Amino acid sequence: MNSNFHWRPVLRALPDLIQAAFVTLEVAALSMLIGVVLGLALAMARDFTAPAAAPARWLAVAWVALARNTPALFQLYFFGFGLGAWGINMSPLAIVLAGLSFNNAGYLAETFRGGFRAVPAAQMRAALSLGMTRMQAMTRIVVPQVLRAVWHPLTNQMVWAVLMSSLGMLVGLHELAGETQAQASRTFRIFEYFAVAAVIYYVVVKLLVLGARLMAWRLFRGWSPA
Amino acid sequence: MSNTVTYFTGFRGADLLFLAEAAWGTLKLSALSIAVGTALGVGLGWMLAELRATRPILVPLLDVFRSVPLIIQLVLFFNFVPMIGLGLSPFAAGCVVLSAYAAALVAQVARAGIESVGRPLRRAARSLGMSYGQAMRHVVLPMGLRTVFPAWVGIVLGVMKDSSLVSVLGYVELLRASQILITRTQEALFVLGVAGAFYFLLSWPVSWWAARHEKRWQQ
Repeated sequence: MNSNFHWRPVLRALPDLIQAAFVTLEVAALSMLIGVVLGLALAMARDFTAPAAAPARWLAVAWVALARNTPALFQLYFFGFGLGAWGINMSPLAIVLAGLSFNNAGYLAETFRGGFRAVPAAQMRAALSLGMTRMQAMTRIVVPQVLRAVWHPLTNQMVWAVLMSSLGMLVGLHELAGETQAQASRTFRIFEYFAVAAVIYYVVVKLLVLGARLMAWRLFRGWSPA
Repeated sequence: MSNTVTYFTGFRGADLLFLAEAAWGTLKLSALSIAVGTALGVGLGWMLAELRATRPILVPLLDVFRSVPLIIQLVLFFNFVPMIGLGLSPFAAGCVVLSAYAAALVAQVARAGIESVGRPLRRAARSLGMSYGQAMRHVVLPMGLRTVFPAWVGIVLGVMKDSSLVSVLGYVELLRASQILITRTQEALFVLGVAGAFYFLLSWPVSWWAARHEKRWQQ
């Protein structure tokens, strides 16, 4: 090994990197929020049976297929360069948010479909026969069970969103990876900078997983293990 | 012929060939990484399932590959190699990182596969006079494979899509090729559409083949 490591510039940039890590978290969380809403809509649209709803169903099928069968970076490029052809130019933040939300929605649609299937229809009927309204039955009986079924995949998707947001580096967003690259290109201490970024990513992901576990423990205690 | 230089030209037939060649690059890169990663991962998965003492070291180590963005792993490795006096092409470096990444994913799946075959069943196999290797080969492998096959296919498709990230090292795979063409033709939507079609062409046969196998196994 005839290479000297220089960690000092990285340490000096550490506050900037941590600041950027929060951008990463914000982008991931926001894209998850949009992804959950869109994913729920897609999951419902896929199960539409009315002939009039066929276009919505096809849109959902195409969306899910595209989101799951093409690379996330491809999806980002589509929102970045592809839409530019239609005169829609987006900021790096908007590109990453759109790309990640599109991807999250596609994957979460499948997750939610599985989650709703995991709750037998008899549960709804039983709740109604107990005198609950449809709304009550939904919010008190069905949704909590769906939530439990999708909790783990939801956590996984959030971790993925954090990891995928690093693609922002390629479209000029200064989230953790992008900021790291910008800082690294100033001093050419590429290895040192990215090593520190890797550590920060690892810590962020571990904290997220830990947080999700704690929340699951709090939310689902008293339930028999699934 | 005029002497003016045209910087932007439309999409030509030859460009399709260029994209096909790049798709072949994507296929080579992912096939090689998946092959190496699966072989390594099965070995690691076996260690996780059978040699419990290796768990405290292996589990956190493999976890790193799934907790750090692949793009960071690629940049780190590509910049680390010259430090120890080696030279690797972007393709080779990408292969190494993708293989390690695939191995980390396959290891968990392989471990789950081995553990899905219950202990009583394996004891029964041993009590029939099978050796450890025979029980593994004739009982655990066929049964465990069926349980985790869909998960493995998911990894295969995932690695194929993630191979697009090797473009950051400069290897011209499908996505990078489409970038080059977009710069020249200025027809982003069309070129991306073609590239997307190629990705579909690569992943769809795998999904189809996997679905057919699963159905046959369920019978």
